Amino acid sequence: MDLYEYQGRELFARHGLPVLGGGVATTPEEARAIAERLGGRVVVKAQVKTGGRGKAGGVKLAERPEEAQARAADILGMDIKGHTVHRVMLTVTADITEEYYFSYLLDRANRTFLAIASVAGGMDIEQVAAQTPEKVARMPIDAGRGVDEATAREIVAQAGFPAEVADQVVDIAVRLWQAFVAEDATLVEVNPLAKTTDGTVLCLDAKVTLDGNADFRHPDHEAFEDTAAVDPLEQLAKEKDLNYVKLDGEVGIIGNGAGLVMSTLDVVAYAGEQYGGVRPANFLDIGGGASAAVMADGLEIVLSDPAVKSVFVNVFGGITACDEVANGIVKALGLLAERGETVDRPLVVRLDGNNAEEGLRILDAARGRPELARLEHVDTMDGAARRAAELAAGV
Amino acid sequence: MAIWLTKDSKVIVQGMTGSEGSKHTRRMLRAGTHVVGGVTPGKGGRQVDFEGTAVPVFNSVAEAMAATGADTTVVFVPPRFAKSAVVEAVDAGIGLAVVITEGIPVHDTAGFWAHAVATGGRTRIIGPNCPGIASPAASNAGIIPADITGPGRIGLVSKSGTLTYQMMYELSDIGFSTCVGIGGDPVVGTTHIDALAAFQDDPETDAVVMIGEIGGDAEERAAEFIQAKVTKPVVGYIAGFTAPPGRTMGHAGAIISGSSGTAEAKKVALEAAGVRVGRTPSETAQLMREVMTRS
Repeated sequence: MDLYEYQGRELFARHGLPVLGGGVATTPEEARAIAERLGGRVVVKAQVKTGGRGKAGGVKLAERPEEAQARAADILGMDIKGHTVHRVMLTVTADITEEYYFSYLLDRANRTFLAIASVAGGMDIEQVAAQTPEKVARMPIDAGRGVDEATAREIVAQAGFPAEVADQVVDIAVRLWQAFVAEDATLVEVNPLAKTTDGTVLCLDAKVTLDGNADFRHPDHEAFEDTAAVDPLEQLAKEKDLNYVKLDGEVGIIGNGAGLVMSTLDVVAYAGEQYGGVRPANFLDIGGGASAAVMADGLEIVLSDPAVKSVFVNVFGGITACDEVANGIVKALGLLAERGETVDRPLVVRLDGNNAEEGLRILDAARGRPELARLEHVDTMDGAARRAAELAAGV
Repeated sequence: MAIWLTKDSKVIVQGMTGSEGSKHTRRMLRAGTHVVGGVTPGKGGRQVDFEGTAVPVFNSVAEAMAATGADTTVVFVPPRFAKSAVVEAVDAGIGLAVVITEGIPVHDTAGFWAHAVATGGRTRIIGPNCPGIASPAASNAGIIPADITGPGRIGLVSKSGTLTYQMMYELSDIGFSTCVGIGGDPVVGTTHIDALAAFQDDPETDAVVMIGEIGGDAEERAAEFIQAKVTKPVVGYIAGFTAPPGRTMGHAGAIISGSSGTAEAKKVALEAAGVRVGRTPSETAQLMREVMTRS
């Protein structure tokens, strides 16, 4: 989960990192009240989970509370790279003389963590990294040993931080690592890490990504979830413990196993090229078990999407044999009928793997039931994808 | 011969007395795997009966190894305790640890990986979040269904469980030497490269199917390795061409970050290394069929 800057800042503050005083507002009036509380000149910053806010006009200075209110009114509702601004953060200002960069992140390729630091921070860090990589220090961090003061000094020396800020940056580097580990983050990024006119070094931005797999030891992280920004179908799926991602096509997809479902989306998109460009409407992995109840929940979510014109159920019977899956589908459609849901769109089923023949026999035997009227079976994954695309295109 | 797991492998199961652990221990035994023990702290000294086979339970991996000569462990321990389970297996010096558990925090995985490296790399770790490894008709360590395919001369390495099964099924008439599910997490112990290197050296493997998916650059690195070191034919498949950036697609590691980790980039890298990449799993199977019938 990516955090908003204000959430990242709050998390930084909890770990003793130097951040500016501030607050977050969803209305111009709230922004004004925060500006009054902070006193003096403030920065109003759009809270969106994307970079380039400054360049997009999402960061503004305000001298007085009423000006803060006006700037907040400008920024709230703005669109930045497809992200609508629903919140602004206000902080007191700092007189910056130098902008640095500091981050820790997961290095998948090397199966460890990485510290990245540069004295050429600020808005154009990506450009700096691309054009003058020598200005960006990258140091692998051993997951077992972590970052102590000595390691922090190495990073600071390698990045060439000026002597007068070195001690402060070392302290920040150690605390930032502690936050990274304690919060189970996969990214903590400070850009800019700024030196002010009085020589103090401050974290002026906070970009944080948290590892969802670690939620079990961070009950407090749930509060960071922005349920309002989540697609309603995704929210519903989450409540039912289903792994669903809403996409923008017309063919509903249900399958078992993340890889097979990703592959199903691709195969449907290829097939759709022949049928006016119909595309997958969602990702939904119902897992290895594929029980009737889970299948019913999955079908219900997929059919709740009004854009869905046909559904492709693609199951490979591995651990769960196809006869069980077929029974699951029949029972699921029965359950939906009991819930008063009519399956009014065509359903293409492909079953392969263990006991596939028995699975098909079960589907055939249930053929007479009204809730199975729109169910079709196709032997192969590619063939079934074509049929589902064809049905979605209304050919 | 097969890679890493053979008919002589002696397997223990960490978490054997849990529901997943016992279910899959039964399946492994049915597949002919020599399951010689289970490990559940505090339950040592008991025996569990699996359809007539009594399997002893030990308190620790070290104890189990000393008593049974086990060289492989399959880990079904829940995410919360998985790190300490793997660290224990590494400290006991076991040769192969297959970590099935899904949902392990990546700091924990990076932690046990760092520990394994720091202590000399004696233990090969496969996973986490993987279906395990199967050498058909020889041994099966994990949850890969044993009856999909018989033995043969194709090697398979994959990030995805069900796509592995699909590929095994489509090529079941030709058969496989070893199928390795390396897992869909951002950090995994065994990589595509490790498996490719082992298959290259395995006299009983003639060609390799490599299945990848969006996220990270493991496939690109594998492509470089293939170009430099692999002389056996490799056929590839990548899932996730239609996945939107920034969204996790089921597997914790399956995420396009910015412009990196796309399926297209992986396909391009593999093709540049001379690997034929199928557009669908069936087309990929067909490519492998051509390779195997030509030779």
